[in-house]
Amino acid sequence: MVKAIVGAEVLDAKKIARREAIRKGLFWACWGVFIGFAGVLGASVVRFIYPRIVFEPSSIFKAGKPDDYKAGSVTLVTGRRVFIVRMDKGVYALSAKCTHLGCQPIWYEDQQIFKCPCHGARFTKEGINFAGPAPLPLPRFYLSMSPDGHIQVDKSRVVSMDFLLEA
Amino acid sequence: MKWVPLGLVRYTFCLGGLSVFFFLLCILTGPFLMLYYVPDVNRAYSDVMDIMQVVPFGAFVRNVHRWSACLMVLCVPLHMLRVFLQAAYKPPRQLNWLVGITLLILTYLLCFTGYMLPWDQEAYWGATIGATMAENTPILGAKGPFSVLPSDKDIHYIMLGGTVLDQPTLSRFFFAHCIAIPGALAGLMGFHFYNIHRAGGMSGPL
Repeated sequence: MVKAIVGAEVLDAKKIARREAIRKGLFWACWGVFIGFAGVLGASVVRFIYPRIVFEPSSIFKAGKPDDYKAGSVTLVTGRRVFIVRMDKGVYALSAKCTHLGCQPIWYEDQQIFKCPCHGARFTKEGINFAGPAPLPLPRFYLSMSPDGHIQVDKSRVVSMDFLLEA
Repeated sequence: MKWVPLGLVRYTFCLGGLSVFFFLLCILTGPFLMLYYVPDVNRAYSDVMDIMQVVPFGAFVRNVHRWSACLMVLCVPLHMLRVFLQAAYKPPRQLNWLVGITLLILTYLLCFTGYMLPWDQEAYWGATIGATMAENTPILGAKGPFSVLPSDKDIHYIMLGGTVLDQPTLSRFFFAHCIAIPGALAGLMGFHFYNIHRAGGMSGPL
């Protein structure tokens, strides 16, 4: 079926092998470019979803003076998810984040307990879990007194359950 | 294409098709809701209220979206139950069972991300619970068992776009609900139907 082309170049085995090599090289080069591009695209998307900067409130903040709180009171610091508990001898800060699934417990003054509205976990005033699904007590945060007499809360430092800032 | 013998066709065979039907209803109504809904934490809820009370037929369109979503979440597990009880996951349909499990998970993720978009109390705390569960996932979550990723690189951080629920979270959930998950679901659904065709149509009871 193949018609001999007049004046066609006579190909020897060496030339055929070289052209075959070039063809294979181009084939893999194309795949290489494609896989490389897909890899860079994939890696850039993975990196893209991690923000470089987050606009979130600092984990260290001031929560007023100890005398702003009435002895025996529990106060939620709005927007910070921290309870400031004022005792006669001092102050401590409890995390307002339920240890079950992260909802915000509510302080019931008449019953003197925290109740979580999501799944009914209960905590004492000291933050100890005594009913419901919560597996751990509410963490207590490190408190210090700033030079201007304000309570300074550090949410990145969890302290033991007997911690009390005397004030 | 081989057909299931007529005597063997049962109404339960419609559950998969019903799932597709409800998915299509959501695909039809969803983009129209996007015309009035803006994923901004300050106006998301009032936009939903606008759709419900001000936009002509807004309540109807939103309710079609919502109810189809609920019915889809109902139909997909029932379809799987049918497939399981009739042992229709057996060769040559094993791969399609695995694809089906992925479709189930994607359906639940669609449901979860959509629940979150009105940004009301229910949505906010629901998303908080979901985020905390993600944080406690094995391997991928920073607080879960066998965790390998630090808390600023884990699945919880990617999901929220930070460590607290805020505007980045709503933007991400909006993207996931409107683009990423429906796209993945539609693609996998095509593969699911291709597999049904390749295995010779729907499987009858054994």
